[in-house]
Amino acid sequence: MSVKSTITAQFQQVAREQDRMLAPLSDELKLVQSGLDSLSFAIIVARLEDSLGIDPFNATEAVEFPVTFGDFVRLYERFAK
Amino acid sequence: MPSESLWESISSAGSPGGRLHGVRHVIPLAELAQATSLGGRLEELREKSVLLLAKDQLTAALALIELDGVARRMVLCPPDLAPEHVPKVTQDADADACVIDETSETSELRIPVRVTAGPALTRRGSSRQRSRDTEWVLLTSGTTGAPKLVLHTFASLTSALTGTACAAALPLVWSTFYDIRRYGGLQVFLRGLHAGSLVLSDPSEAVSDFLFRAGAAGVTHISGTPSHWRRALMSGAAAGIAPGYVRLSGEIADQSILDSLQAAYPAATVAHAFASTEAGVAFEVRDGQAGFPAALVGGSGAVELRVSEETLQIRSAGTALRYLGHGAEPLRAEDGFVDTGDRVEERAGRYYFMGRRGGVINVGGLKVHPEEVEAVINTHPWVRMSLVRARRNPITGAVVTAEVVVNDASAGCGKPPPDEVLTRELTDRCRRSLAPHKVPAMIRIVPVLEVSPSGKLVRPLA
Repeated sequence: MSVKSTITAQFQQVAREQDRMLAPLSDELKLVQSGLDSLSFAIIVARLEDSLGIDPFNATEAVEFPVTFGDFVRLYERFAK
Repeated sequence: MPSESLWESISSAGSPGGRLHGVRHVIPLAELAQATSLGGRLEELREKSVLLLAKDQLTAALALIELDGVARRMVLCPPDLAPEHVPKVTQDADADACVIDETSETSELRIPVRVTAGPALTRRGSSRQRSRDTEWVLLTSGTTGAPKLVLHTFASLTSALTGTACAAALPLVWSTFYDIRRYGGLQVFLRGLHAGSLVLSDPSEAVSDFLFRAGAAGVTHISGTPSHWRRALMSGAAAGIAPGYVRLSGEIADQSILDSLQAAYPAATVAHAFASTEAGVAFEVRDGQAGFPAALVGGSGAVELRVSEETLQIRSAGTALRYLGHGAEPLRAEDGFVDTGDRVEERAGRYYFMGRRGGVINVGGLKVHPEEVEAVINTHPWVRMSLVRARRNPITGAVVTAEVVVNDASAGCGKPPPDEVLTRELTDRCRRSLAPHKVPAMIRIVPVLEVSPSGKLVRPLA
């Protein structure tokens, strides 16, 4: 499974668990408009750390917090390499 | 002040008929009237401050009985006391003698008077003369790892004994999963000696073997932490004992462990008690329900309870006197109340323990008490025990995670569900009864959870 499909699946699952209406996931979608709250993102980040073995937010180099879904995916893809 | 020592106290009703059961030796208490476990060297310890460093529990028990009323001070060192802490304990206790056994670690020991003891008794030449009230010192784990020394007296340690246990029909056979050099175990030690017999646990012994040994000795009263009891229920040997009284203390007793124990021992009174080394025994709850009646707070009985800043505080004749050591912090407030550090919350006329102050997980500014989440997880029939902890998180500071030990097959209803099914059921269960931020983001099924030598779940510092 690609990084992007892993992330997409995780967004969908957490949205279901948290009873959130998830907006259609496009690269341009702003995360604040995705329908997820900060707890949902916290859970997604924690689970991605387990499934992908990376936590880009805890990397030694500073990262910019992603704004769009596309930013979010690229951030993980960058650290997955 | 007590007018008698431990030995005089237990023999005041006549010659003691009980026995002390170690894992390899059984000592009739009456033999102690004429015998010594200290190789005839008791007089060398008179008026001394004595570290009890014997690893073997029965050896330590016999030394305690002999030394009370003779030594100036006895320091009850638990067997897991790290050798590197011995010099500090020696200094804080002003110790000038020690009792060791053949397995004691003596590399860090700088004490000239060393008496080697063992469970084999020898006849004593002269009778034992009491000359003073001995100070009893217990160790508790400090936040920095070095133990703190808590000063008690025979009077403070026995202040809770006047009630239930001793009023019951004698003789009783007490036992405990605790080591008797910890407060919870010491209470059972004193109760057992006064009420009949005592079966000591042993760290080298499997839980099932201990239960069968206690059962063979006819145990009537037995105590341990909820973690001890979960392990006993998992051992498959819970039916090895048929006690009339089952006691939990030292950790929060949630409803599921109370119900599990009542189901395992339908004829027993299942009681949970609140006590701490510093605060002493506060109360015992016998109605089978978690928490304690709010009416206990604010009264003016022998044990006074108050809740200050959501934290339980206690004042009684059973509280410790002070911490020992240079620059030690005060143990009691000026008005005599001891702050337990245990948080409580009142709901519908009952107080519930919410965990330790400072043990709180902060999820995006919202508090989560690990024990509150564990209590929900533990209601699932396939769960034996669980540990909830914080996991660092870049979004909310922390998220809640849980590790769960499955109650395999011992529930008697087939095989446990696959891990992914169980974790989904647990998540659903948490979601139904907890706020979203309290629901574990991840649940892992693990084979075991670490239980400390004091019988409590090891909670890693968040």
